[in-house]
Amino acid sequence: MSSSTVQPILEVQGLTRYFGGLLAVDQVSFTVQEQEIFGLIGPNGAGKTTLFNLITGLIPPSKGSLIYQNYPITQLKPYQIAEKGIARTFQNLRLFGNLSALENVAIARHIHNKSNLISGILGLPQAVQIEQKNYEKARELLAIFGLADRVEQKARNFAYGDQRRLEIARALALEPKVLLLDEPAAGMNPSEKKELSDLIRQIARQFQLTVILIEHHVPLVMGLCDHIAVLDFGKLIALGEPEIVRNNPAVIEAYLGDE
Amino acid sequence: MINFLNAYGFLIVSMLFGAVLGLSVYLPLMAGQLSLATPGFYALGGYIAAILSTQVFKFTGTIFPFPFLVLELIITALVSAVLAIALGIPVLRLRGIYLAISTIAFVEILRVLALNLEITGGAVGIFGIPQPFATSLEYLWVAIPLLILSMVLLYRLEKIKAGRAFSAIREDELAADSMGINPTYYKALSFTLGAILAGLVGTISAHFLNTWNARQGTFDSSIIYLAFVLIGGSRTFWGPVLGGIILTALPEVLRGMGGISSLPLWFAQFLRDGRLIIFGVLLVLGSIFYPQGLITPEFLNKIARKNPFRGILNKQSIKG
Repeated sequence: MSSSTVQPILEVQGLTRYFGGLLAVDQVSFTVQEQEIFGLIGPNGAGKTTLFNLITGLIPPSKGSLIYQNYPITQLKPYQIAEKGIARTFQNLRLFGNLSALENVAIARHIHNKSNLISGILGLPQAVQIEQKNYEKARELLAIFGLADRVEQKARNFAYGDQRRLEIARALALEPKVLLLDEPAAGMNPSEKKELSDLIRQIARQFQLTVILIEHHVPLVMGLCDHIAVLDFGKLIALGEPEIVRNNPAVIEAYLGDE
Repeated sequence: MINFLNAYGFLIVSMLFGAVLGLSVYLPLMAGQLSLATPGFYALGGYIAAILSTQVFKFTGTIFPFPFLVLELIITALVSAVLAIALGIPVLRLRGIYLAISTIAFVEILRVLALNLEITGGAVGIFGIPQPFATSLEYLWVAIPLLILSMVLLYRLEKIKAGRAFSAIREDELAADSMGINPTYYKALSFTLGAILAGLVGTISAHFLNTWNARQGTFDSSIIYLAFVLIGGSRTFWGPVLGGIILTALPEVLRGMGGISSLPLWFAQFLRDGRLIIFGVLLVLGSIFYPQGLITPEFLNKIARKNPFRGILNKQSIKG
């Protein structure tokens, strides 16, 4: 997928973030190509989620910059970054628990819903039509994730694996170009993991997505990703194709310790 | 019936005002913002009406011309909106209890200003505010449309983009932000709509009560309006409407029950003099046994299912 027309979509340049005296992310630079699946791995506490939070604007970087489609996004707020086309899921699931699955996804279509406040409150036919389309689109997405039969159920009542899939569906509702998945397979059993990795590959192709994912399960990452970045103590210690990264001595040391 | 309505006209109109004030607290809560600023805007609306009608507008006869009242309502809505936006954008950066505290501070600042400024009549307040209607009951001509319009506003809001953005922020502000929802904008919007409702009630109340002073819209009323929502229910707009109506009526009903002659004297006296104690006890019991409030979305669904006109209701509430 990455070979012929190589176009950078996201450039991370010298990104650094301190928390007090702790250097959580240290001078990290890499480039993600359009429509590739990019893996971010590393031991616990390596700074992977912090990096995601920096990319999506939830925390501002101490130093460094982020370029998305040749446009600097370093200073943007999270909702502005989402508007530009970067959507994400969260490691600890942040669904709108008391709302139905349908509403969770419909909410995430916010930026594509062009109805204005006044016509919405007056219930003008045009506004009602936009709302209906919005819910239709949400239903379609839920169907892709096999949740079509439970759209009215509250999100917090879903099984754990279904919540993970619902969160991906919600992120896709933004119609993003880049999808950030923070440990999408966490807590899943091996067969669910296999299904999920097929699903990620399928949606990446179907929606022409660039996917950046954090994952601990090494076989899943190796099988799925075109490129992999390895973080350890906030530093980028390896970057490249799965085969090269796998045999990198620094990576082996980070994961297994040096003996 | 006519006698009843005339005797209780004041109470009935007050109950409807209570419902709208409940909605005014409920609006910011829709976006998860616990604001106690409602009495501040209520007082502001009242002073706008009091000052305009006693010092600015000139009219002949004893009845205050209705178009002037409408003009006052429009001015109040604009002033409340501007003040709410100016106050809301910095203050809504605070969360939870800190937001509540800073809105109490706002209410206090307005109260102290009203108490010390000449234009607001200082501690005495403003007297002899002209009446647009001959009797209390006739205030229903403005109270009913105001309540209905507010309820339609809320009903529609819960079904559209803005209302969904509110509930997303209430559920998880950070996740909502990551989904492309500008939290500052929608928090300020819900706060402003709530402020406008409170201001409008204040404007009508100034005429209704005939006098306006710094004892209108104090910290005590912040808590009572909040109780409207907590007891009525904070997850659907029917909750604050019902809460506002019931809790406004309750002290008066208890007073009325105290007047029933067949009750033992001590009990009647307790009902009459201890009505605020009973009010307080009911609030405590309500929050223990109905922590979600009296009216919840689940409760509404249950009613809708039993409703013989279900088909019609469903057609309206269909989602896609």
